[in-house]
Amino acid sequence: MASTKRLVVVDPDLCVGCMSCMFACARRFPEGGLAKSAIHVRSVGGFERGFTVVVCRACPDPPCAKVCPTGALVPRKGGGVILNPNKCIGCGFCREACPFGAIFWDYDENKPVICVHCGYCVDYCPHSVLALEETKR
Amino acid sequence: MNPLMPIIDRDLGKVLYIDLTRKKYWVEDKLELFEKYLGGTGVATQLLKEELPRNADPLGPENVIVFAVGVLSAMYPVASKTVAMFKSPLTGNLGESHAGGRSAIAIRMAGYGAIVIKGASEIPVYLSIHNGKVEFKDASALWGVRSTYTVGRVIREREPWPGTRAIMRIGRAGENLVRYAAVVTETYRHFGRLGLGAVMGSKKLKAIVVGGKRKIPVPDARKYREVYNEIYDAAVKSPAMKKYHDIGTPVNVLVLNTIGALPTRNLTSNRFENAANISGEHLAETRLARRVACSHCPVACIHIAAIREEYPHEKYFYTTRYVSYDYEPTYALGSMLGVGDTDGLLRLIEEVEIQGLDAMSTGVALAWTTEAYIRGLIGKDETIVEPTWGDWKTYIQMVRYIVDQPNEFYKTLAMGTEAAAKKYNGLDFALTFGGNEMPGYHAGPATHLGYLIGARHSHLDNAGYSYDQKKLKEKQYPTPEKVIDDLMAEEAWRQILSSLVVCFFARGVYKPHVVVKALEPMGIKLSEDQLKQLGWEIYKEKYKLKFELGYTFDKLRLPKRIYETLSPHGKIDPAFMEKALSYFKKKILELIEEPKQEKQVEENKAKNKK
Repeated sequence: MASTKRLVVVDPDLCVGCMSCMFACARRFPEGGLAKSAIHVRSVGGFERGFTVVVCRACPDPPCAKVCPTGALVPRKGGGVILNPNKCIGCGFCREACPFGAIFWDYDENKPVICVHCGYCVDYCPHSVLALEETKR
Repeated sequence: MNPLMPIIDRDLGKVLYIDLTRKKYWVEDKLELFEKYLGGTGVATQLLKEELPRNADPLGPENVIVFAVGVLSAMYPVASKTVAMFKSPLTGNLGESHAGGRSAIAIRMAGYGAIVIKGASEIPVYLSIHNGKVEFKDASALWGVRSTYTVGRVIREREPWPGTRAIMRIGRAGENLVRYAAVVTETYRHFGRLGLGAVMGSKKLKAIVVGGKRKIPVPDARKYREVYNEIYDAAVKSPAMKKYHDIGTPVNVLVLNTIGALPTRNLTSNRFENAANISGEHLAETRLARRVACSHCPVACIHIAAIREEYPHEKYFYTTRYVSYDYEPTYALGSMLGVGDTDGLLRLIEEVEIQGLDAMSTGVALAWTTEAYIRGLIGKDETIVEPTWGDWKTYIQMVRYIVDQPNEFYKTLAMGTEAAAKKYNGLDFALTFGGNEMPGYHAGPATHLGYLIGARHSHLDNAGYSYDQKKLKEKQYPTPEKVIDDLMAEEAWRQILSSLVVCFFARGVYKPHVVVKALEPMGIKLSEDQLKQLGWEIYKEKYKLKFELGYTFDKLRLPKRIYETLSPHGKIDPAFMEKALSYFKKKILELIEEPKQEKQVEENKAKNKK
């Protein structure tokens, strides 16, 4: 079942910082650029120190859902959340609540951008930093 | 709107103007330029034409810096480069330099197709460009900071958009107006050539931080994904790209050494006995720490070595520092200076990075100095230290002298190798082409002709170095006319790549038919012929600007040294070179005098109708 899979960062030391995953994530929508990317790569204090990959880690008990005042974030089977954009008022509490900083923002829509663990980015990671794994939950 | 080349993403047409004198900025809609020239080189040439007084002092406030990205930036893999254009303080003519890192993605994601910087600040500033605003920030405290690494570190912690921003900065070399000072971006990539660092220094502009995130509209998203996948697969799987990922560009050291094309000790030799120590293979096996990529490039050709040193004063106290190595610095600071000590080479590259210099120009300047010293044209009064082939510790000291300029000699050397060679009578062995120090290939006639006739005197203008290597497999070397025709055609096509803007390393992926396909989902319908024609048009525009900036044929000097040292094609024949050059002069005049090109356009139009 697709919904019980989750995206995992296998080893950030393999990451070369090419951002292919970020662009792949945005391509799920009919557009280019990075506005709707739910995954983020940044250096750990400069390129010389390597990279960190920031993405939803599919918490079984997600703090972002707990602080959502409108019930727009519903815990997902297998961890993480599903966003109901119709309910979302764009308050940004979820973004504050995520300790990993893995909730990004779509400034055009004024709504959060959160990984849905579809694994589209995995196919565009040339160095196997990312993988989709079955959850035991 | 151009019906053939509509740009759907209107933000690409936005050009950000920044006036450092008045501390003002504004945005102008220049969509029509992008609809005519795609972006990058094509658009930057036009913006420079509009803004630059032709008699501008390259280090005066009237000089202009243009950064431009193109229609493929942040859309397709390996469209990762930004084109910078300015008047070069090294050559006094058109300056053009390309860099990757995050610069291209950052500029497009910040919502601009180009940035034009004018005027000069009276105090050091850096610019922070994001969310539609430009902030002028006091950089007085950053001015004079020893290392470009530190400057990056400080700005990194103060500015927004980590991950999708570029931090383009100069070192002390740029502050002190060394005519071949570089601009460093993302610590390891450079607008290296022709002295953009000095231009920024003259404007008291220490750094530019630019970044953001936004969407780019695509009319045919299904087709876009399809073409994206094709290009991505080609980039990841092609052998050429794999080579750059595995060993990186220094894979060339042994290749060139084997065929006798590796400039060594100021090109007194074409082979280096210690080539193995500075080879890509050896560096990868013994020093490689990590590989990193420019934004949106899955290839990741940037190779970073670790320098691990024990402190002399305390046992078990180590420093581990990281320095990126590529073929060109390895040639210029390695074989060209006779430096065959692996760690010595890395230390020397590191010093050049710290100071923010162009590695190629610095290496060639030091090589010339060493030979001039050995010949007795200059003495210790000039050089202060004793330059000796292979003595990297002394060369590190000399790099600092180029930046600090403690005497008349180093002041002159900071103006460029040619300036020093003129003053101290060493032109015959000054390896400069059009005033620019040579890249790392002595592969044959086309190599040197390529440097000389290239619009920016870069080996990447027309790839004569690659042409010569391919011709080794053929029985007969082409005629001078054929060589020039081929080099000019290559340079014309590369105008398209650098307008899109695609990294030249991916030229094998972005063949004309692929470019046609890549543009289609964005609503741009150009045929291969039309693209090639546009390439010629941009090439012509650039050369017209060069002439307006004072380009003359009598500056086309080939250093005598290239005739003295054997190339893989044997001794280079001066008569061959002369013939080629006079043919080039004829061809370039024909090109800029238009009628023939217009005829060609008409012919193509007729062809397309059929």
